[in-house]
Amino acid sequence: MAKRVQARRLDGIDHDPWVEFVKMASEFDAVNLGQGFPDFPPPDFAVEAFQHALSSDFMLNQYTRAFVIIIEPFFDCYEPMTLMAGGHPVFVTLKPGPTRDGELDSSSNWQLDPTELASKFTSHTKALILNTPNNPVGKVFSKAELELVASLCQQHDVICIADEVYQWLVYDGYQHVSIASLPGMWERTLTIGSAGKTFSATGWKVGWVLGPDSLMKHLRTVHQNSIYHCPTQGQVAVAQSFEHEQLHFGQPSSYFAQFPQAMQRTRDQMICSLQSVGLKPVVPQGSYFFMTDISDFKSKMPDLPGDVDEPYDRRFIKWMIKTKGLVAIPVSTFYSVPHRKIFDHYVRFCFVKDESTLQAMDEKLQKWKKELRP
Amino acid sequence: MFLAQRRLCSLESRAKFLKTIYSSKILGLPTSAKMSLKITNAKRIEGLDSNVWIEFTKLAADPSVVNLGQGLPDISPPVYVKEELSKIAAIDSLNQYTRGFGHPSLVKALSCLYEKIYQKQINPNKEILVTVGAYGSLFNTIQGLIDEGDEKPVDGKKWSSSDWTLDPQELASKFNSKTKAIILNTPHNPIGKVYTKEELQVIADLCIKYDTLCISDEVYEWLVYTGNKHVKIATFPGMWERTITIGSAGKTFSVTGWKLGWSIGPNHLIKHLQTVQQNTVYTCATPLQEALAQAFWIDIKRMDDPECYFNSLPKELEVKRDRMIHLLESLGLKPIVPDGGYFIIADVSSLDADLSDMKDSNEPYDYKFVKWMTKNKKLSAIPVSAFCNTETKLQFEKFVRFCFIKKDSTLDAAEEIIKGWNRQKS
Repeated sequence: MAKRVQARRLDGIDHDPWVEFVKMASEFDAVNLGQGFPDFPPPDFAVEAFQHALSSDFMLNQYTRAFVIIIEPFFDCYEPMTLMAGGHPVFVTLKPGPTRDGELDSSSNWQLDPTELASKFTSHTKALILNTPNNPVGKVFSKAELELVASLCQQHDVICIADEVYQWLVYDGYQHVSIASLPGMWERTLTIGSAGKTFSATGWKVGWVLGPDSLMKHLRTVHQNSIYHCPTQGQVAVAQSFEHEQLHFGQPSSYFAQFPQAMQRTRDQMICSLQSVGLKPVVPQGSYFFMTDISDFKSKMPDLPGDVDEPYDRRFIKWMIKTKGLVAIPVSTFYSVPHRKIFDHYVRFCFVKDESTLQAMDEKLQKWKKELRP
Repeated sequence: MFLAQRRLCSLESRAKFLKTIYSSKILGLPTSAKMSLKITNAKRIEGLDSNVWIEFTKLAADPSVVNLGQGLPDISPPVYVKEELSKIAAIDSLNQYTRGFGHPSLVKALSCLYEKIYQKQINPNKEILVTVGAYGSLFNTIQGLIDEGDEKPVDGKKWSSSDWTLDPQELASKFNSKTKAIILNTPHNPIGKVYTKEELQVIADLCIKYDTLCISDEVYEWLVYTGNKHVKIATFPGMWERTITIGSAGKTFSVTGWKLGWSIGPNHLIKHLQTVQQNTVYTCATPLQEALAQAFWIDIKRMDDPECYFNSLPKELEVKRDRMIHLLESLGLKPIVPDGGYFIIADVSSLDADLSDMKDSNEPYDYKFVKWMTKNKKLSAIPVSAFCNTETKLQFEKFVRFCFIKKDSTLDAAEEIIKGWNRQKS
């Protein structure tokens, strides 16, 4: 075709970071601690619910230049989705405070500067995207932090898009707070949840959004003009899984109690293991992930192979996959392009993994540790 | 299948318009502004909020109504299709994310199947994209390839004779240098037309002459009745490189609730659909894709066998089609006999339904008729003017669409209603 084929709305958003690393993970047969999916099964009751949904009624086989403030580091899809809609992303950065010597950094230490945040709001600001618990930092925004965001949203009449997919994965006694529950926020907040993260069934691809009808009706319009429905069985299975959970809610037998407890143990185990090779984890308050500081590696091996302008963390990951057989994700992927060179000394690990994966990781780390000795 | 497209107005006087299919109501901005003037919808969804399916599905949801409206099979899907999904649900890894552009075993199965039909190699990773239903393929294609101001003639039916055809001159007059794409639907919903090779050649010639893309919605590709053959426009010389062909698991295996579809085409087009995918749903449900792949393998191995679902379903449906035609004729109607697809349309004005209590509504006749029929006869259908733009709405407002992919007990219930209706008339 002689004419330009693709729509202009796709300009600049065709690159995808996952494709590259997922491919490398399989090519090098590496232990995959990169992409965020559990490598263990969903709880039995959820699997049963899905199977029940399949067998019970065969009819279940039928018919499912606006500015957007994005807090960095951010889950990578927020920026291209905003661009595709013709919006303008405006970035504000979570910055780590100083840590005491000998102490591990924590995600609670990463904070927004209130003055900087306020300065990003203008009369053209349409929405702010908030992700708590946060991917990749693992930060769980406190009530006070949310109140700051809420007051700015109300002051400037801005919609809050709250991505709370990891709402049940909160550790060390921290509490997840939904910004929509704060005064004045229900009418301007859309809260997003995920069956994949809630029930460890990422392949079901069922998510949801809660909010006032005045906003929801516009989402429904997009829905009916895009995919129209979601798969029926997946929705029935999620509904039944929630019904199961309602009976156990607040009790020790609840999946929402047991799962984070188990993941906290895995988190701690992985943090300990990775430190043995000189990686410096940032202990997360929530989510599937933690970042590790690789500054020491950057100063000791600054010249890892890669493209001319490739951020250090990407080159580090490729090196780690090829030579150490471990996959993680470079955190610069989660920053706006101008900031990638500044925040190029962290990599993100997913710890929502099976015991066998952790053992495989430990084996790789033992080997790595041996190679460190002179 | 209902296609909802945008009508885009450019402020420039010389800008052309994207032709659209409207639903009858176009709602403006909400009149009650809340505390905010800024919290309003994006302009791109202006006028798209009303949707014929939502309206009529709600009406037909009453369990006492016999639903011949939405194209929703109430027949059982093939047993092996359901069994595959059951087995797969128990496999741990298949409950987690898979490849965004299509689960590997599914794109391989699709490639294997369609290579036989297209008689060419189809790269499973670069020339196939799996989407959330055929709806998802349509969305990705239109979002990925169409800009504001692009033109897209949609087959505007002309009542020229008892055979429903496109007037070649009228069609040619819709093409110009700004024409970006044409959407073709064969077998056609709602008319049931199966485009012939000659008719497709006319379209292909125009696409090549004007360097236009062809978006070919072929979801009913297996549902073709005796004496007809489904022909793929992408197989014509010069057409593979400019065509996206869309298929549907829901229509292929009678599992509309699985919401899996696919786009097939050259990589230089498919890659743009993939960009939309990675910035929208990202990936489709894994267990469903694996089950679909297994179901395909079963039928790919026996394509010449009458037991193959691609052969057995159209045979089963042809019987139901003929029964429905007979029923509608017994009411004094003249249904248009479809050569393919799930649906039959008929002009219902001869029934002279008493729509007087809706006289103040400015809805088209067929909307009022279907509401009246649902309420008074407990039989639902879909108004055909929902499938038309403002120019052609009037021509079709006496037509109503009936879906016949229904189990025998549903058709029996419809028959009872029609017999009763006949008795009332005489």
